[in-house]
Amino acid sequence: MSTGSNLEKVLTSGAFAVTGECGPPRGADPEVIKKKGAFLKGYIDGVNVTDNQTSVVRMSSFSASLVLKEMGFDPIMQMVCRDRNRIAIQSDILGAAALGINNLLCLSGDHQSFGDHPAAKNVFDIDSIQLIQAVKTMRDEGKFISGEEVKGRPNIFIGCAENPFADPFEIRAMRLAKKAAAGAQFVQTQCVFNVEKFEKWMEMVRDLGVHEKVYILAGITPYKSIGMARYMKTSVPGMDVPDEHIERLKSVPKEKIAEEGVKICLEIIERVKAIKGVAGIHIMAIEWEQIVSEIVTAAKLYPRP
Amino acid sequence: MENLEPQIIAFCCEYCGYAAADLAGSMRLSYPANVKIVKVPCTGRVDIVFIMKAFENGADGVYLVGCLEGNCHFMTGNLKAKKRVEYVKKLLDECGMGGERVAMYNMSSAQGQRFAEVAREMTEKIKTLGPNPAKQRTAVSV
Amino acid sequence: MIVANRKPFEEITEMLKPYTKILLLGCNECVTVCSVGGTKEVEVLASEIRLSRAKEGLPVEIKEHTLERQCDPEYAAEIKSFIGDHEVVISMACGCGVQTVAEMYHNKYVVPGVNTTFFGSSEEQGVWKEMCQGCGNCVLDKTLGLCPVARCAKSLFNGPCGGSQPGGSCEINKDTPCVWQLIVQKMKDMNMLDKYMEIQPTKNWSSSRDGGPRKRVREDLKI
Repeated sequence: MSTGSNLEKVLTSGAFAVTGECGPPRGADPEVIKKKGAFLKGYIDGVNVTDNQTSVVRMSSFSASLVLKEMGFDPIMQMVCRDRNRIAIQSDILGAAALGINNLLCLSGDHQSFGDHPAAKNVFDIDSIQLIQAVKTMRDEGKFISGEEVKGRPNIFIGCAENPFADPFEIRAMRLAKKAAAGAQFVQTQCVFNVEKFEKWMEMVRDLGVHEKVYILAGITPYKSIGMARYMKTSVPGMDVPDEHIERLKSVPKEKIAEEGVKICLEIIERVKAIKGVAGIHIMAIEWEQIVSEIVTAAKLYPRP
Repeated sequence: MENLEPQIIAFCCEYCGYAAADLAGSMRLSYPANVKIVKVPCTGRVDIVFIMKAFENGADGVYLVGCLEGNCHFMTGNLKAKKRVEYVKKLLDECGMGGERVAMYNMSSAQGQRFAEVAREMTEKIKTLGPNPAKQRTAVSV
Repeated sequence: MIVANRKPFEEITEMLKPYTKILLLGCNECVTVCSVGGTKEVEVLASEIRLSRAKEGLPVEIKEHTLERQCDPEYAAEIKSFIGDHEVVISMACGCGVQTVAEMYHNKYVVPGVNTTFFGSSEEQGVWKEMCQGCGNCVLDKTLGLCPVARCAKSLFNGPCGGSQPGGSCEINKDTPCVWQLIVQKMKDMNMLDKYMEIQPTKNWSSSRDGGPRKRVREDLKI
């Protein structure tokens, strides 16, 4: 039984999907989201709305998703396990479904020590795999985690994230298999810069047959500056940025760095498109939403179905 | 207030520190009478509490004299002593005495000159730091 | 055992400021093992307090006493004869000990000298690390003896997360090992990697502190 999700429609049709991302603001002004959304309109099949990413307090993913929905987007609401217990989580799932949010991305969440409120209490009542299971059970069996009946099932397309570049490398494909077994239907990976490693991971994924159980969207981020590339290399958990990319960015004049960043990005997209089992890309152009239209067009992925 | 003569306790290990002190004596080298020597088999025998009690009982400065690192008669006693001195410095800073009042020195039994030099050095340092801040009215212990 | 850290000296002096006659109470069990509140540490802290008071020219009288355990009323009762001589009791025991003494001596002001932190074990001499959270429903059989509740920063039951670092550390700190990497390694070494694919169900936290303060009773042992 399918959901009302546009992303699901595109993926099941066999077309190469493109999703984007919108980070809510650190304040109560919805105009910020509307402005970001305007850059993405028409170029993506679904838009992720982050949930207090890196543990920094932002407008909630739920509310920002609604703002985007009103603009005509099909939001992919992200939900982390860090801040809510199972009662609040299930409650929000029902609320999201009630308000027409069709996609949920289930994540563990960055530890609060990274954010602006490190003194906060740690929730982590359930983990991301248990969250995936919970959504699936609510949707397909009409049961809450407690086993009691859900009167009015949430019809949600279930997603998850996976990091092909984290350790231990050998179990990263197994972990995706676990998520698929729990009920995940699509997965967005962490940004792919090291394409060789990604290809290796995809090989392990194919060996386990997982590419036939979940739609895999490769994470894509264009380098805007050398500083950004370096920051991701050294300060973001689970990122694998090859030295040669930094060298390439250093080798061009200052005004051309962003252009080179987009060039590298397009090369990665071409390589990733050719890998068996990859069903689409997830573009995370953080604070650079304007560049998405250029990338999608140059990668010959425009117009969207 | 005029500078009174400080009272300094030197815990000297039998094998090197105390021997160096002995040698300084035989060589008729003079060093300040402020330094009162306490012989221990090894500086590793010096407990944190000895140092704290020394200050509680009115010492203005305390130092340890052990064998050169690598040459401790008991292998690692002087290394343990070094770590304890570092720890005590923190405690003394915390309670307002000042960690500079305690120090660790290393020398061989042949270094009579060095012994006298260190005694002079510590005495000068403590004179600059002034008397034990707790000494005016020592607390009553039970 | 229970591991604690001595409170910062300024906090201790602040708590004891109004008082002259102080009973400094140590404990011979956990806080002795982790070298924060045993006889020796009581001696050292008493010395520090005396020195700092003397420096201010303020009087103080400290009685140093260490009980076998502060968490047993039997032992806490030992100080009945002299606790009355003191205005305040500063206990170096873990929170259990402080409270047992405070409960038994209802009209006495009892303050903590240490911050009780975790249940842990010794890694090596002088190093203790958190091992157990007292969740009340031990699942160590599922993870080959390595606890994800206490040792995973996110208490994941189906870890590791995407932030697990190359080199084996947790995303929050390079000195914190990722326990899930350790679990996976052990599963590999023991040829039990199929256990990894089992989806661990949601945890029942009601057996843990989340369910409310807990109590254990053995009727057969009650006098």
